[in-house]
Amino acid sequence: MSRADVTTAEPTRLTAPPPVVALEGITRVFSLGDVEVHALRGVSLSVQRGEFVAIMGASGSGKSTLMNVVGCLDRPTAGRYLLDGKDVSRQSRAALARTRNQTIGFVFQSFNLLARTTALENVELPLLYAGVGGKERRARATAALERVGLGQRLDHLPNQLSGGQQQRVAIARALVTRPSLLLADEPTGALDTKTSAEVMTLLSGLDDITVVLVTHEHDVAAWAQRVVTLRDGLVLSDVEQPPRRPAPDATHPTEA
Amino acid sequence: MGPLQTGRIALLALLRNKLRSFLTALGIIIGVAAVIAMVAIGEGAKSQVEAAFAAMGTNLLIIMPGSSSSGGARGGFGTQPTLTWDDLKAIQTEMPLVADAAPTLRTQAQVQSEEQNWGTSVQGTTPNYFRIRTWGTALGVPMTESDLDSGAKVVWLGATVAEKLFGAGADPIGQAVRIKGVPFIVSGVLLKKGQSPMGQDFDDTVFIPTSTFKARLQPGLGNFLSGVIFVQVRAGEDTGRAQRAITGLLRDRHRLGQGQEDDFSIRNLAEVASAQQQGADTLSALLASIAAVSLLVGGIGIMNIMLVSVTERTREIGIRMAVGATPAQILAQFLAEALVLALVGGLLGVGLGLFAAQQLSEQFGWPLLVRPDVVALATGFSGLVGVGFGLYPALKASRMDPITALRFE
Ligand SMILES: Nc1ncnc2c1ncn2[C@@H]1O[C@H](COP(=O)(O)OP(=O)(O)OP(=O)(O)O)[C@@H](O)[C@H]1O
Ligand SMILES: [Mg+2]
Repeated sequence: MSRADVTTAEPTRLTAPPPVVALEGITRVFSLGDVEVHALRGVSLSVQRGEFVAIMGASGSGKSTLMNVVGCLDRPTAGRYLLDGKDVSRQSRAALARTRNQTIGFVFQSFNLLARTTALENVELPLLYAGVGGKERRARATAALERVGLGQRLDHLPNQLSGGQQQRVAIARALVTRPSLLLADEPTGALDTKTSAEVMTLLSGLDDITVVLVTHEHDVAAWAQRVVTLRDGLVLSDVEQPPRRPAPDATHPTEA
Repeated sequence: MGPLQTGRIALLALLRNKLRSFLTALGIIIGVAAVIAMVAIGEGAKSQVEAAFAAMGTNLLIIMPGSSSSGGARGGFGTQPTLTWDDLKAIQTEMPLVADAAPTLRTQAQVQSEEQNWGTSVQGTTPNYFRIRTWGTALGVPMTESDLDSGAKVVWLGATVAEKLFGAGADPIGQAVRIKGVPFIVSGVLLKKGQSPMGQDFDDTVFIPTSTFKARLQPGLGNFLSGVIFVQVRAGEDTGRAQRAITGLLRDRHRLGQGQEDDFSIRNLAEVASAQQQGADTLSALLASIAAVSLLVGGIGIMNIMLVSVTERTREIGIRMAVGATPAQILAQFLAEALVLALVGGLLGVGLGLFAAQQLSEQFGWPLLVRPDVVALATGFSGLVGVGFGLYPALKASRMDPITALRFE
């Protein structure tokens, strides 16, 4: 089922809250000298609140480019992007930064934690830029780390944590600002199968939050309610599926 | 994010690389220390000049016989006398700006004690001379009017002469010395006055009453004065006006016509002092600007390291941007790092500079002259250098593209 035209349907807009993400004809063209790379050729897509969407597609199909636009790290060449009903496609760099800070949480394949900085301080970072005071910052960061099962690892440095633990710190950092949207670009790409399952259990357990995740693995995509497949910068298919349930023994991430 | 928080983050980042931070700050440390030490040296030199002029006496004009163009400005020896006792009287009585004036008669002579012989300048003068020059006696009694009236053969020795004739620390009061074969009794030894601004030893001289001088040493002098006249002006700001008034008075008295040159010259010590002062100020400024250049070099060092640091930390910048740091916040962070480097360097430099200034002042025997305004200025300037040279690297960091920065290996 295609959801590309949902935002244009007037009656739904009046009654239901706006979708978290509404993309209309998004293109992204990179100019390399006189060569133009059309990474996105007109993507229209909307994601409703609370959805768990997986984005798949061959290498070079534009998944990361799409995530960067959705994550307000990049601006589309053309098209309209409404985030929580607000047009962000022409925002200034500073405004985009504030949008990222307040509405979006990122999880990357390579964790992207600050080295030589404790887990707690890494999780505090978005709150720091949001101007949250020291006490509240510490409390909220601690709670976020406890939520991902790392309450005992607050003062550990990234190089003292396993890959799975580092990714959970990154998830805690993404969640600590209570964003409307959590974006994960191949979050399990650097993890083994068992750790991947732990991370996916964690992500799919976030009922109150909208998650968009890029992956190459069908195993991982199986956790999502909906799979969008890209090819050559266009949406090839967009299907809903019954999401996989977490295995009973993996409901709570272990302190491995 | 408040400035305190920004400063804390900057400090933490700098502490992660302690040695590098220290070496970077070293440029500023040396620069600031150099400014403070150099200005202290300049001030010390200035205080030496000031002390020399204070020794000359305050508000002084010195009237010398002979025109300034014919070399008369050197005064005294070998110059045709042109000033008279009547000129002196006129200056004392007709000039409202003048507080007092004292004559000197002067010749060069050998002064002999029992054992020693010393060639020096012998000056005849009146008791008010010592008042005008604020020159007290270290031993014995000061010259009085009765010494003058009686034409007594009494002499006051300058400190250098006393030492040459009788040895250091001796008490020659009541001893006899001979000047041009005439026996004199030592009535006093004058306090040490030190050097003139031109390096001449004030203490290498002896004084006798003018009456005795005229009667015993230069009988042919008549009404003329063979030395200079010291004039004390009432107020320091009037020295220029007094100089012009006296010039007019003396030209009248000497009946000099329109085109004729002065047959005397007046040295205005306040003017000479300010010229010398300017010389010392120029020296100060020169030293300070050399030091400022080294501070600038320190700033370039900061810029260099900040640029390296920004490149090294590209990924960190990307992460910070991804979680919502605005370009302004990134700018503030790197500026704060440069500022903390420069300010901490500045404060350490102040410490080092004060230490160096103290060592130097001990070395040269100067008072420790550290100007608080210079300390504040040097610290402020180092902060400015930090911001100035930190700005470009910080701008570079703030303008990074978050995606490119995140991909940076
Ligand atoms: N900054 C850039 N400059 C030029 N071309 C780019 C840039 N970023 C991406 N591209 C191009 O855009 C296309 C899509 O890239 P993208 O990274 O979105 O693919 P992807 O689907 O994430 O691939 P992968 O699965 O390998 O991560 C590619 O052809 C890529 O070369
Ligand atoms: Mg990709």
